[in-house]
Parts: sequence; structure tokens; C-alpha cells
Amino acid sequence: MDRLSVLLMGFLSMVLVNNFVFTKFLGTCPYLGVSGRLDSAFGMGLAVTFVTALSGTLTWVVDFYILTPLGLEITRYICYIVIIAGAVQLVEMYVRRFFPSLYDVFGIFLPLISTNCVILGICLFIDIWGTDNILEVVVLSAGVGIGFTVAICIMAGIRESLQLADVPECLKGAPITLITAGLLAMAFMGFAGMIKA
Amino acid sequence: MSSEVESKTGVYKETLLAGLWKENPTFRMLIGMCPPLAVTTAVKPALTMGLSVIFVLVCSSIVVSMMRNLLKPHLRIIMFTLTIATFVTICDLFLRAYTPAMSEILGAYVPLIIVNCLIIFRAEACASKCGVVVSVLDAIGMGGGFTIALCILAGIREVLASGRLFGIEVMPSGFVPCLAMQMPVGAFVTLGLLLGLANVLTRKKGA
Repeated sequence: MDRLSVLLMGFLSMVLVNNFVFTKFLGTCPYLGVSGRLDSAFGMGLAVTFVTALSGTLTWVVDFYILTPLGLEITRYICYIVIIAGAVQLVEMYVRRFFPSLYDVFGIFLPLISTNCVILGICLFIDIWGTDNILEVVVLSAGVGIGFTVAICIMAGIRESLQLADVPECLKGAPITLITAGLLAMAFMGFAGMIKA
Repeated sequence: MSSEVESKTGVYKETLLAGLWKENPTFRMLIGMCPPLAVTTAVKPALTMGLSVIFVLVCSSIVVSMMRNLLKPHLRIIMFTLTIATFVTICDLFLRAYTPAMSEILGAYVPLIIVNCLIIFRAEACASKCGVVVSVLDAIGMGGGFTIALCILAGIREVLASGRLFGIEVMPSGFVPCLAMQMPVGAFVTLGLLLGLANVLTRKKGA
């Protein structure tokens, strides 16, 4: 029971309190690029969640059981990159083979996200936090992906309405998106006191 | 003969200068947006970040440009990332050894240079097509533009958040620090307004 509540808290804190987009600024590029329409934003979010959960866990396993015992920490970043690229490739092949309809939804985003900072970010932060329990790693990395989905979907919803709004000429496009993101970040700061670390 | 040399120097100069304003990665192209938001709470980390990016960008441009004829199209991106990851590891170890305090502040954002779209984008768009000299100049220009953008943003945020610049008081004594500038809100809003300003400036120049 105790463990369950720890996991639940960890998950909630990744989705709301420590949302990667708003507190750590990771994944800002796709956040600005893909958040134009709600359905593509959701597809992107799903794809990212899938890959963060998979590669977060895989990199932790490799780091914990192979790199650290062998004293190969120096090759860590290179290993991470290879694992992430492999995971993305694997997911792409698997989804294309078994879920063709899902592939149509997020297939086009998959090659893009191998260079998404959210994914390398979660691998690195798991390492920095020093998590030593595989269940926690899975929950945290899935939480990060869902947090990204939440952020990008909220943004896409706002941007769909923003198209009808009267925005000053020079702020159209990326600038107004960033300012909106700033206000959203402020709103998300309200969650900060909710969970004590 | 002399005109050929002259036109070559012209191309070099143009490549070098393009990154500074006309194709400034942060203000004009909107690529590699994570570090400008994340490490710009003060000028010092921003400058360190900018210099690290220049180092990685120049080194990986040289390597990519030298192996550009050997690359297979479908293995291209992974080769770029592996090259970049190698140089980022070097840079990270260097920072950890010589400026441990700075390395602490930058934390995970140094390894995150690997997935900075700016570097992969330059490898793809320039270094894998051009010779070594042009690639290096392009890398210096782009990295310089990136560093300047980081420093402008960091300068504004540091002055407004604490009234200091490089740790020295610059604002009059009646100045009330605006703490929000140090938080994510300040980063997003300042960058948004700066992009708007950049848009205004380009339009004026064009008209």
C-alpha cells in the first residue's frame, strides 16, 4: 500500500508538478511545431509517451546492470542515443506491422521523436535522481510522456482558438505561442505546493 | 584569378555572418529552443552553454563534413547523433573537471546538447553537403548567433530578476526585483516578446 502511494505520487508529480515542458523546458521544439492542431498534437503525445516509457526503462536497465558494474559510465550518452534510436525503430516496425490504423495516427511523428529532448531528458533525469527500482522507473517515464501529452494538447486547444483572435501582427505564430506557454507555466506553478518531494 | 578569390572570400563572409542575424537559429529559425529557455536565468551559465554549443557544433561539423561522401542515406541521422554524442561527452567531462560549479548548474542540459535540433540541422543542411572550411565557418556563425541570443535573453532576465549583471549590481537602489523572471514564466514570456521584436526589426529592414 505504501509503495502504491509512492508510485501514484511520483506519477502525479511528473504529470502536473514537474511537467517537463513547463518546468524543465524539454520538448519545446515539437511543442511549438506540432501544437497547431489538436488531433496531430494528440498523436504526437501518444507516440512520445510510448517511446519515453520504453526507452526510459531500457536505458535504466542497461545503465544499472551493464554500464555501472563494468565502470563504463563514460560511454553513457552514446549508449543512451543508440538505445533511443533503436527503441524508436522498434516501435515503428511493431506498430506498422500490428496496428496499421495507429500507425497512420502517429507513424509520421516517430522518426522525428528520436531527437526529441523529452526522451533523452527522462533517461538523464532518472540517472540524476538515482532511482533504483524498476517499477518506479516505468511509472516515472510513462508519467513524463503523459505530462507532455497533457501540455501539448492544452496548447493545441488554445492555439485553435487563437487563430480567431486578434493578435498583433508581429506576435503572430511562435511569439504568441511562447507567451501563452508562459501563462500556462504560471498556471502549472499552482500545483507546486501539492506534493512534497 | 583575383576575382575568383574575392568571390570565395565573399561566400565565406556571407556564411559566417548568416548565422548571426539573417538566419539566427533562435530568433529567425526557431530551432534548438530548449537551452535558450532553460539556462538563461543568469548570463554566466548562458555563456558557458553557448561556448559548449559552439565547440560541439564546430567539431561535429568538421567530422561530418569529412565523412560526407561515405554516408549511407538511411544511416545518416544516427551517424550524426553518434558524432555529436562523442563531442558532447568530451565537453561534459571537460566542464566537470575544470568548472564543477558551472557543471552543477547546467546539470542535464549539457548532455541534452546531443538532441539540440540546431546541431543536427546544421549537420544535415550544411556540413553533409559542403567542404570543411565552409562548414566550420557556418558552425562558428550559427554557434555565435545562438550564443548571442542566449546572452541577450539571459541578460534581460538576470537584470530584471535580481538587478545584477554578471553578479554586479547595475540597477538603481529603488529597483524592485521581479522574481517571476527567474521562473519558467519569465523565460517563455521574454523569449516570446523578443521574437516579436525580431519580427518587427526584420520587417523594418525589408521595407
